[in-house]
This record gives sequence, C-alpha cells and structure tokens, in this order.
Amino acid sequence: MDLIADSIIIALVVVGIIFTIITVVGIIRLPDVYMRAHAASKSATLGVMSLLLGVFFHFWWNEGHFSISLVLGIAFLFITSPIGGHLMSRAAYMSGVKPTELTVGDDLKIAIDKQRAELAKNTHEE
Amino acid sequence: MAFQILLNFFIAVVWMFMNSSLTPSTFVIGYIIGLLMIIMTRRYFRDRLYIWRIWSAIKLTLIFLKELILSNISVLMLVIKPDLSTVQPMIFAMPTDLEHDWEITLLSSLITLTPGTIVLHVSDDQRTLYIHAIDVNDVDEAIDSIKNTFEKAIMEVRRG
Repeated sequence: MDLIADSIIIALVVVGIIFTIITVVGIIRLPDVYMRAHAASKSATLGVMSLLLGVFFHFWWNEGHFSISLVLGIAFLFITSPIGGHLMSRAAYMSGVKPTELTVGDDLKIAIDKQRAELAKNTHEE
Repeated sequence: MAFQILLNFFIAVVWMFMNSSLTPSTFVIGYIIGLLMIIMTRRYFRDRLYIWRIWSAIKLTLIFLKELILSNISVLMLVIKPDLSTVQPMIFAMPTDLEHDWEITLLSSLITLTPGTIVLHVSDDQRTLYIHAIDVNDVDEAIDSIKNTFEKAIMEVRRG
C-alpha cells in the first residue's frame, strides 16, 4: 500500500517537474510572445497543479494531514492561469506587438483596422 | 435549479428536525428523501431536474481535464521539435452562439487550455472570438470540432 501511494506521489511530482521544465524551454525557444503564452499558460498550469497534487497526497497518505488549502490552491490556479495568459497576450496585441513572420493569417488585425477607421470617421464628422 | 437545491436542503433540514437528531447521516437520509420527493413532483417545476444539470457540469469538467492533458502533450511535442521554422501560427476569427457572460468566459478559458489555441480578443458584440492557433496545418480543422464539443457541453449545462 505504501509502495502504491509513494509511486503515485513520485509520478505526480515528476510529471510536474517535467512540465515546468517544458515551460521554461518553451519560453526560451519559441519565437514570439503569443507562442510563448501557449507554453506559459498550459504547461505551467499542469506542472504546478500536479506538483501541488503530489504534495497534497504526500501529506494526506504519509502524514495523515488533509490539507484543504492545497486543494483550494489547485482550484484557484485552474481558474486564474488561462485568464492570465489571455490578458497578457491581449495586452501585447493591443499595444502593437507584431506576431512572428511565420504567422500565415491575421483576422484580428482586419477587425481592429476596420473599427479604428470607423472611429476616425466618426470623430472627423463631429 | 438553485430553487430545487434549496428546496432539497430545506426538506433535509425538516427531516432532521422531525427525527430530532442533528447528525450528518440524518441529513443525508433527509436529502435523499427530498430528492425522491422532487423527482416525484418534477412536473411542477419549470426547469428540468437539477441532477442532470450537475451531471452535465461534471461531464464538462472531465472534458476540461482531458483537453488540458492533451494540450500539454502537444506543447511538449512542439517545444522539443528540432526545427521551429516550420510551424505556422495564425490568428483566426470564430463565431460563437453563446449569449451570457459566464458562458463566454468559460468557453475562452476552455479554448485557452485546449491543444494549440489561445483566445486573444472577444469582439465588442460578443459574437466573435479571435483565437491564436499555434500550428495551422493540423489544428485549423480539428479546432472546429473541439469548439463544437465545448460549445455543446456548455449549452447542455445552461439548458434550464
């Protein structure tokens, strides 16, 4: 029983560490801010989440301490980290950071240009 | 839905008072009895039975976990790829049929955690989502099917 518990804990912690390393490598290797947001918002979520889950199971099964705040931490991470990735990439886009040259299409640029043109026309008429 | 849950709690509390034993196990028995009563009188409620809604929320959570793991494997594959100059990112528009704010927030969180997509912008009329996809070749068509499953699951939760 101890063996099974320990293997689950070790597997969770190892998976967490691997995905945290993948986040770091992705942030270094990927070419632009949007692709880095992919690595940061996904791998970091799962990485930190499985680390916390491993710690939670360790304290529950080996120490007999059921830590509810770790569960809350996992839940909060789940809710907040995709929003964080979205907000950072949106702020980058709105302040004019160009995507990498590999990008094949950009529908958002068309939409924003249209809106800006309309806005300029309206203010001009006034 | 909230009304049915509150009613169920109320019946459980009444059951606890009728037995004059304020223990958790009495509460559970009272809750089950209340659930049976609500099932028997379900034609008087306008919404459908609330356990179906909770069940579809659980299904949505399972989809969410599955997609999170899949997306992490795809990011892993991308990051360890030797030649990064072959990937083709793209920003594309996706129309959505969802209406309420919480649904759109939920959908964009789910999209952000799906393989290879991040929500960049929600248009002002909340009819279009602008999504950054990391690789067009294998994602662009697969995305639409994923969107359909997500949107369908969220609509299933909302259906009163």
